Amino acid sequence: MRTLRPALLPALLLALAAPALAQAPEPAATGTAAAPAPVGPFALDPLPYGFDALAPVIDAETMRLHWGAHHRAYVDNLNRAVAADPALAKLSLEQMLARVSTLPKPVRDNGGGHWNHRFFWTLMTAPGTGGQPSPRLLAAIARDFGSLPAFRRQFEQAGLRQFGSGWAWLIVRPDGRLAITSTPNQDNPLMDVVPEAERGTPILGNDVWEHAYYLSYRNRRGEYLQKWWEVVNWNQVSLLFEAAQSRR
Amino acid sequence: MTEETLPGPDGTFALPPLAWALDALAPAIDAETMSLHWGAHHRAYVDKLNAALAARPSLQGKSLEALLARAGTLHADVRTNAGQHWNHAFFWESMAPPGRGGAPDGALLAAIERDFGSPGGLVEAFDAAGAAHFGSGWAWLVRAGNGRLVVGTTPDEQSPLMEGAALSGTPLLVNDLWEHAYYLGYRNRRADYLAAWWQVVNWKAVGARFAAAQAA
Repeated sequence: MRTLRPALLPALLLALAAPALAQAPEPAATGTAAAPAPVGPFALDPLPYGFDALAPVIDAETMRLHWGAHHRAYVDNLNRAVAADPALAKLSLEQMLARVSTLPKPVRDNGGGHWNHRFFWTLMTAPGTGGQPSPRLLAAIARDFGSLPAFRRQFEQAGLRQFGSGWAWLIVRPDGRLAITSTPNQDNPLMDVVPEAERGTPILGNDVWEHAYYLSYRNRRGEYLQKWWEVVNWNQVSLLFEAAQSRR
Repeated sequence: MTEETLPGPDGTFALPPLAWALDALAPAIDAETMSLHWGAHHRAYVDKLNAALAARPSLQGKSLEALLARAGTLHADVRTNAGQHWNHAFFWESMAPPGRGGAPDGALLAAIERDFGSPGGLVEAFDAAGAAHFGSGWAWLVRAGNGRLVVGTTPDEQSPLMEGAALSGTPLLVNDLWEHAYYLGYRNRRADYLAAWWQVVNWKAVGARFAAAQAA
C-alpha cells in the first residue's frame, strides 16, 4: 500500500475537501484526550471528527465504544502479538496482511481489525458533507454496476448476506475494475487468505459486526446499511479510487 | 433436546416457545435482549430455514439433526439457518431464571470434577474459551466420544452436531457469543456477560442431557 496511508488521510482530506469538515466542532480533541500512549509500533489514531458527528446515522455511544473500546483492543492486541514475535517488528501492517496465512492467528484478527477500523473512520463524515463520487469514479461505478443506485443495492446485499461478523467492501481489482466483496470477521481484501478473485485495493468498506449498529438499529442490519450512505465520505472514496488507479 | 427436532405436519419448522417469561433471566439477560434474541433473531433463522427448504424438496421432512449431520453438503442458506435454529433452541433450554437452575450433582458433578477439578474449574475454562473466541459463535460443553467432558467454541452457526465442526461431541451446555446476545446489557464487555450468565444456567437440563448421553 504505497500511497494508501490511512493515518494521513484525514489530514489530507481536511486540506483538500469541503470547508464544512474543517469547521467540524470539537473534532479530534475528544479522541486525542483519550488516546493511549503507544506501547508498541501501532497506535490508535484520533478520530477525524467528534463522537456525535455521524448522528443520527451512527450514535455517539456506538462511536465511543467502537473506536475507544473495540478498535483500541485490536491495536493493543496487535502490539502484544508483535511484541511476542520479534520477526514481526520488521513488517508494515500491509506486509503482514499480504502474508497473513503464515502468521499467528492474533495477527490476522487484530492486524485486520486495526487496518479495517482505521480505514473505516476515514470513509465517513458528518451527514450531508461527504459530497458525491467524482466523475471518473461515477463512470467506473456505472460501467461495473449499471448505476450508483444499483451499486448501493448490491453493496447492501453483500452486507446483508455476510453471515455473522464481517465487512462489505468495494475494491479496485488488479485489472482496474470495481468489485463488491465481503469478508468474515476482520479479514480484508488485502489478505492472502482471501480467495484471489476477491482480492484488491479497498476504496470503501462497511462494518457489519453487530457492534457497529446494534445500539441504534438492533437486529435491523438492512436499515443500517441503507442509512449508512448518508455519512459516506465520497470525496475520500474518490481520492482512494484515483490513488488505486494511479498505482496500476 | 436429545430427541430429534422434526418439522410440523405442514413441513415447516416452528419457533419453539420459551419456558419462562422474557424478563425472567434479568438481570443476567435483560428483557429487551430476550425479546429481540428470541422474537427477532431466532424467528428470522426459522423463517429463513423454512424458505430455504421450500426450494429444496429433497430435504423436506428431515429432522434438524439429520440436516446438521450432513452440513457439508448443504447450501449455505440451509446450513446457516438450520445451525442457528438448533443452537438457539438448545440455548434457551440451557437457561432458567436465577435460582431455579439447581447445581451440578451426581454423575455430572463427578465427571466435572474428574475433567476440570471442580465446577469452578469448568466455569473458568468455559469463560476463557468464550472470551478468546474471535467474532460470532458459540461456547460449548460437550461429552466427547471417549466420554470426557470438553469445553470449546464453534464459529457463526456451527454446532458440534455438524460434520466437520471445530468441536465434536454431544452438546451438554451452550452460550451464545454473538454480540446480539449481550451487547444491550454488557456492550463490548463479553467477559462480564460470560461471568454473569452462570446465574441462569439450567444445571437440571445439563444433568439430564449428560445422563442421556451416558446411556446412549
